[in-house]
Amino acid sequence: MSTEAEARPADAAPERPGAINAVPVRHPGRWVAIVVIVVLVAMLVHLLVTNKAFDWKFVFEAMNQQPVINGFLKGTLLVTVLSMIVGVGGGVLLAVMRLSDNPILSGVAWVFTWFFRSIPRYILLFTMGTLGILFPQGIAFGVPFDWKIIDWLGMSGDWRFFTLDANQVFTGLVAGVIGLGLSEAAYMAEIARAGIMSVDPGQAEAAEALGMSRGKVMRRVVLPQAMRVIVPPTGNETIAMLKDTSLLLAVPVIGELFYQLQSIGSNFYKTFPIAVAATLFYLLATSVLMVGQYFLERHFGRGFGNKAPRAARPAGAGGA
Amino acid sequence: MPLVHAVNVTKSFHHNEVLKGIDLDVDRGQVVCLLGPSGSGKTTFLRCINQLETIDGGRIWVDDELMGYADRDGKLYRLKNKEIAAQRREIGMVFQRFNLFPHKTALENIVEAPTQVKGEPRKTARERAMKLLDRVGLADRCNAYPAQLSGGQQQRVAIARALAMQPKLMLFDEPTSALDPELVGEVLAVMRELALDGMTMIVVTHEMSFAREVADTVVFMDGGVVVEAGPPKDVISNPQHSRTQAFLSRLRSEHEHP
Repeated sequence: MSTEAEARPADAAPERPGAINAVPVRHPGRWVAIVVIVVLVAMLVHLLVTNKAFDWKFVFEAMNQQPVINGFLKGTLLVTVLSMIVGVGGGVLLAVMRLSDNPILSGVAWVFTWFFRSIPRYILLFTMGTLGILFPQGIAFGVPFDWKIIDWLGMSGDWRFFTLDANQVFTGLVAGVIGLGLSEAAYMAEIARAGIMSVDPGQAEAAEALGMSRGKVMRRVVLPQAMRVIVPPTGNETIAMLKDTSLLLAVPVIGELFYQLQSIGSNFYKTFPIAVAATLFYLLATSVLMVGQYFLERHFGRGFGNKAPRAARPAGAGGA
Repeated sequence: MPLVHAVNVTKSFHHNEVLKGIDLDVDRGQVVCLLGPSGSGKTTFLRCINQLETIDGGRIWVDDELMGYADRDGKLYRLKNKEIAAQRREIGMVFQRFNLFPHKTALENIVEAPTQVKGEPRKTARERAMKLLDRVGLADRCNAYPAQLSGGQQQRVAIARALAMQPKLMLFDEPTSALDPELVGEVLAVMRELALDGMTMIVVTHEMSFAREVADTVVFMDGGVVVEAGPPKDVISNPQHSRTQAFLSRLRSEHEHP
């Protein structure tokens, strides 16, 4: 360092250059864009306020009806939460199975994913609603093929502990959650698998060298790091799921938000305000989810870089 | 019986024989440095000791325990993952790329294995972890995440993490190869101290001065075999084998004209 200072000629410019005060690059395009956007927003606001078709009073009245609110809370939010619990839990399990050394587990996971990714959700939910026909005597829990074994042993009776009424299982919200959850698990399995594979293999090695069991290595070391990769697409999936709850109509679930709104709309012959009301509900719910995603990403991003990850911006709304 | 007793260890990757019959004995409290050109099999051999690689032939005993297999009347039975994990608890390992858990702080990294594997209470594990961090000179960085530490600091935490399991044997896989030159010294100092405390160590390294000062035995490997082994003053200062001589002179010329 000192040689550098000495090398500088002593009799050079007596005044050393100070802070830079240069003319910044001009961005005329930005001003044009601002003007265009301001005009467009003004047009939109004008449309929203003055166009009679919106009928805001009716929109908010419709949104405030108890069946509609119930539809939103149960049909949309509750089903989204429950389906995503089934989906994320099942997906992580499937991903671990798929990556396991055990060819049976890995095969089962592959078949599950293949099956549930192949069926459109609308058709899956419709099928779920009709599955009761397969089990006219209900679904019994007990020894498999018990009647055959009992017959073979020359005994009588049955080895069943309890029986569920299939027509009650495969109906309403339960059928919806099972259908959406299993379908989601198939997609989440691929997301979780990508997350697990993104973790440096040296991590699992270091944990194994410390004497951790395979399960501990996965739970304590690999999965927490995989979550960093898993969370953003899962946010996307959750938002897609929120919207897919509108498919519950296929089961059918009549306690669903859009069904309830539509029935009000058809009573009063007002279709468009109903669409606006549904849009507002979904905008509200998605905004809340995005806030949640931001905090999740911050939690699982700890230790990676010194600052918290930037605000979550899920690209688009995901393909529903 | 020596602490580590390896006999005729062989290992192939896809028909490529990496280890062609390695014999090695390491006594308690001894430091053994494995030297040799890259691809000579020294890292593979190190990984075989704690079963990160399964061996194809030969036997490895650590503290009179056959690694990876149970010997019942001369017939070998592969151990279950759980049993292999139990064997690994006795052996600490330090990796070239540190492999600290990035989502945990330095302290959490060290506490993890004793609490999760041995079921040690959190409080005592934390106290011991703080002592270990102090020992590697990083007590003040206990709450830093690995990304906030320099390479040398990360490697010192990694050494403390391995020591937290109170191992009988420490394996070092090129612990300074991924470090900036000015950070090598702090890691070697910690290792030197560990050797002085009587830890049994097997070190794969290219640091000749460390090997010369600290090692009791230097093993030169090339092409999957042990070419030459003995005290550093013989193997490093006065190598008998032409391959050892060639390797050492190449290393020296690299040092002088980097």
